[in-house]
This record gives sequence, structure tokens and C-alpha cells, in this order.
Amino acid sequence: MARAASTQRKVTVTIVAWVVALVIFFPILWTVLTSFKSEGDAINISHFFQTPWSIESYFEVQSRSDYFRHFFNSVIISVGSTLLALLFSIPAAWSMAFAPTSRTRDIMMWMLSTKMMPAVGVLVPIYLIFKTLGLLDNAWGLMIVLMLMNLPIVIWMLYTYFKEIPVDILEAARMDGATLGKELVYVLVPMAVPGIASTLLLNIILAWNEAFWTLNLTAANAAPLTAFIASYSSPEGLFWAKLSAASTLAIAPILVLGWISQKQLVRGLTFGAVK
Amino acid sequence: MGSIQLQHVNKSFGAHAVIPDASLTIEDGEFVVFVGPSGCGKSTLLRLIAGLEDTTSGEILLDGRDMTAAPPAKRELAMVFQSYALYPHMTVAQNIGFPLKMAGMDKAAIDAKVKEAAATLNLSSYLDRRPRNLSGGQRQRVAIGRAIVRQPKAFLFDEPLSNLDAALRVNMRLEISELHQQLKTTMIYVTHDQVEAMTMADRIVVLNAGNIEQFGTPMELYRTPANRFVAGFIGSPKMNFVDGAEAAKHGAAAIGVRPEHMQVSTSAGAWKGTVGVAEHLGSDTFLHVNVDGLGLMTVRTEGEKQLHHGDTVWLTPDPARIYRFDKDGRSLRAN
Repeated sequence: MARAASTQRKVTVTIVAWVVALVIFFPILWTVLTSFKSEGDAINISHFFQTPWSIESYFEVQSRSDYFRHFFNSVIISVGSTLLALLFSIPAAWSMAFAPTSRTRDIMMWMLSTKMMPAVGVLVPIYLIFKTLGLLDNAWGLMIVLMLMNLPIVIWMLYTYFKEIPVDILEAARMDGATLGKELVYVLVPMAVPGIASTLLLNIILAWNEAFWTLNLTAANAAPLTAFIASYSSPEGLFWAKLSAASTLAIAPILVLGWISQKQLVRGLTFGAVK
Repeated sequence: MGSIQLQHVNKSFGAHAVIPDASLTIEDGEFVVFVGPSGCGKSTLLRLIAGLEDTTSGEILLDGRDMTAAPPAKRELAMVFQSYALYPHMTVAQNIGFPLKMAGMDKAAIDAKVKEAAATLNLSSYLDRRPRNLSGGQRQRVAIGRAIVRQPKAFLFDEPLSNLDAALRVNMRLEISELHQQLKTTMIYVTHDQVEAMTMADRIVVLNAGNIEQFGTPMELYRTPANRFVAGFIGSPKMNFVDGAEAAKHGAAAIGVRPEHMQVSTSAGAWKGTVGVAEHLGSDTFLHVNVDGLGLMTVRTEGEKQLHHGDTVWLTPDPARIYRFDKDGRSLRAN
């Protein structure tokens, strides 16, 4: 009886999981299929599967908007902002995990609370600061703003990882004559490599997909793939196939990266949840 | 040289003083054991010497130089941790050579020193392994290797044998004692196990609630304990204590008799009682006797005593080995 109930439960959960997965995946499938259609077929739902497939939209998108320039901007901005974030977050997470004060907990909560603020709330001041500093439409400017945006999450993730490292080992390094810098380089970072890797991957994905700041602070020079997609979103004319081709091209690299690193990512995101 | 002096060292966390006021002089080359129950502050005292904790007040002198504010790296001390604290991402050779690398020594010299230390500790065939592929005893040896390789002024051991099984613990105890004979370097060893303290130490510091109760050789502590706490803590099985009228007969608030200083008879003696539990160890028999009017007492007798639960026995303490204490627990020396 119990076994039958358990099997029934399993089947139900599996069906629900598949339905949810397909619902989530459907827009991506639709986008990819649409990218291989003509503009006419793209808006015709009855031609969902039956259509003369072509890669014309891709050629047109590349010739019109230079996909590769946007792609390289996305790589520079996402990787750059991630490396900058690690540079600041490793020492910050170290001090919070191994040298906490009575205020550490409050500081961590405050950092996290900044993520609850709508980004648009600080758009005007940030825009004016960037304008004054000459950072508008500049890759460095975007790296800094994306780094600041993701820093709370990166510090929290690294903090969770560092807490798992026995403090004895760091103290042993200190007794062995390691200065603080050497303790970080030779002991803490090598021991936290899995954690740092998954933090790095997640941050790259977040930075890659970020649209609000990249659209508002760039024009042409530093525009990443989000701006590339947006340029095909027009209230007039039929650009569904080209928009889909641009979207497919924009999400493909990060999809591949996520696919390859999914084990690391899941481990990173659930780390510390189960002891 | 490796003398260590503590002058009125205090360590407090907020209003709570973990070490109220500790003063101590450890001579160069001595093997000193800090012993006491859990939470007595022995590990904190060791960490203060190591520089892993800051003192609230007082001075710590190494070879006469004030090192109270110096970071651990500058104190030229080596520490072996209870958890071994090996670097899991490094091989045995890299673990042992790490302090030398931090000191900026060149690779050839590091290799030579690592090989020498590994040979001393029978680790030569494990140099390329990582800590996770070693047994507990081997890991502890690597931790010791990492400590001896740079010839520190003193070694600090923080309960290094607690994670080992009983048989291995005895072997490692001997190895550490032999190492001390060989190196003649100052060693401070923290343990809660009074057998380790008695067998290894030149001198023992008995700690209780952060206070140094007594500092002396193992035999001084055994023969002339300063107070009831030391008397109860040193010696295995524990000393038996008697209060009230029986103690008053000896002019004391309490008296103590060690289990090995009592005679057992089935016919006559000073205190009559009933055997509760008899532990037969082969070489010795421990009897836990419920003595009428005095409570539970432990007696140690040599060889195999054929006594069992429920047997009536008489106990007679050796009058020359009765320890007397005043109402505050201090030892009363002369009769």
C-alpha cells in the first residue's frame, strides 16, 4: 500500500516537474524556432512548425548590428565586473568569516538590503556621476556599476564558503610565518576554489543578463548584447525573426557556459543549505 | 634558547575573565604540560603565548624580549593543533616545507630539510601523498614535521593526541617524549588527560577556571598537592575525599586518601563497606565501595582480588598518606 502511494507520488512529481520545465523552456524554444523563419511566418502562429527554415535573419542581424562587437563587450563587462567583484569580496568575506565584530551581522544584512532597492531609484544620481566622470558608454563604467550591483551576493556566497574552512588551518598558516596576504594566496583561496569558481560563474551569468544599467548607461561603444537585442525591439515594423535571432545569439554563449558548469552552479547555490 | 615568561597575563571577553591573572616562567628546554578540566583556560593560555589571541593586559616574554604585541609569525614558535590543521590542497612534502617557503628559503634547501624531517618521522614514503590519503597517526606526524622543520624556539601542542585511538595515543606520546629528548627544545603541551601530563612533563601547570592552581614536577603534584582541586585532579583513579566528623578526627575540614593508599580486608579495618562494582584489569583491581556513613570510595589493589558486587569489606587508609585540607580546600601540610 505504502509502496503504491510512494510510486504514485513519484509519478505525479515527475509529471509536474516536466510540465513546469516545458513551460519555462517554451519561450526559449519559440525564440529559437522564430529566429529561423521569415518575418512573415514569424508572426503567423499556424506556421509554428511548418515553414521554410532559413538562417537569413542571422546574416542580416550580423551585417546590420555587428554581433561580434557586442559579444566582446559583453565578455569584457561580465568577466571584468566579476574579477573586480572577487578582488573586493575575497578580503571582505575573509574578514566577515574569520575576524567578525559585533556589527558584522548587521553590515551583512545591510548589504543584502541594498538588493531590495529598485535600481531605478538611483538611476539619476548614478547617471549624473557617470556623466561627470566621463564613464557613460564606457566598459570600465559598466564593470564598476555591475560589480557594485552584484557585490552583496558575491560576498554572501564567499562568506558561506569561507565559514566552512576550519579556522585552525588559517591559524596554522599564521604560526608557519604567513602574512595576511600569503595566508589568502597560499591557503584560503586554493582551499575555496570550488566556491570561488561557482561564485564566479554565477556572477558572470548575472552580469551577462543584466539589462537595466547596460541599456541606460551605454549608447554605441560599450553596448553589450542586451543593447544589441533591444535595438530590434521596435513598436513599428515586423522584426520578430531578427529580434529572435539576436536573442538566440545573445543567450547562446551563456546557455553553453551554464550547461557546462551546471554541477558547480547547483553546488554553489545550495552550499551550506544542508549540513 | 626558548624561555617563556608570563607576567600577570589577563585575558577577558567582555566582563568575563577567562584568564584572570597568570604568571609563569618556563625554562629553556623544559617540557611543560598545561592540564585541567574542559573550559579551564589551558588552550586560551597556549593561544596567548602563540599570539593567536591578544592579551587584555600583562606581558609575554620570549627569551626575555617582550613579544606581547608581536604577531604569531614573528614569535618563532611552532604549533601542533588538535585537528592537525594540515593544508588539504598540498602534499605531505609541501605541508612540511610550507614554513620554510614562508621564510623565503630556496627550493633546494627546502627539499633537503623536508627530507630530513620526513626521515626522522618515518614519512619518507608518503611525501607525495595528500593529507586525506593518510591515517590519523600519519597526519599527526606531518603536523609535527611541519613544526620541527624550521627549528622554532618552542613547540606548542594543543591536545594533539585527542583524535587518535587509545593504542596510537600511547605510541605517539612516546614519540613526542623521544622527540623532546632528541631536540631539547622547549615544549608546552596542553591536555585534559592527567596520565599524559604525568608521563610526559618535566613540570605541570594545573589550571582551574583560568587560575594556576599549582606549578611543579609530576611527583610534587602527586605527593604534595597545593589544594583539594589538584589532589583530586592528579592521580588515577581519583583521590577519595571525606568531610565531617571523620575529617575532624585528623584536625581538618576534609581529608583525602588515594585509592592506592588503602588496604582492603574481608575481616577487619577502619571503614566498613559493601562492594558496588569491582573492575578487574588483570594487573590491578579497582573496587568501588559504598562505605557506611562516608559514601562511595575507590580502592586500587594489586593483582586479581576475588571480590564481587555485594561483598562486605573493610578499608584502612595508610595514616602516613592521608591528605588534610582546610575549609577553603587548601592543603594543611604538617600534622
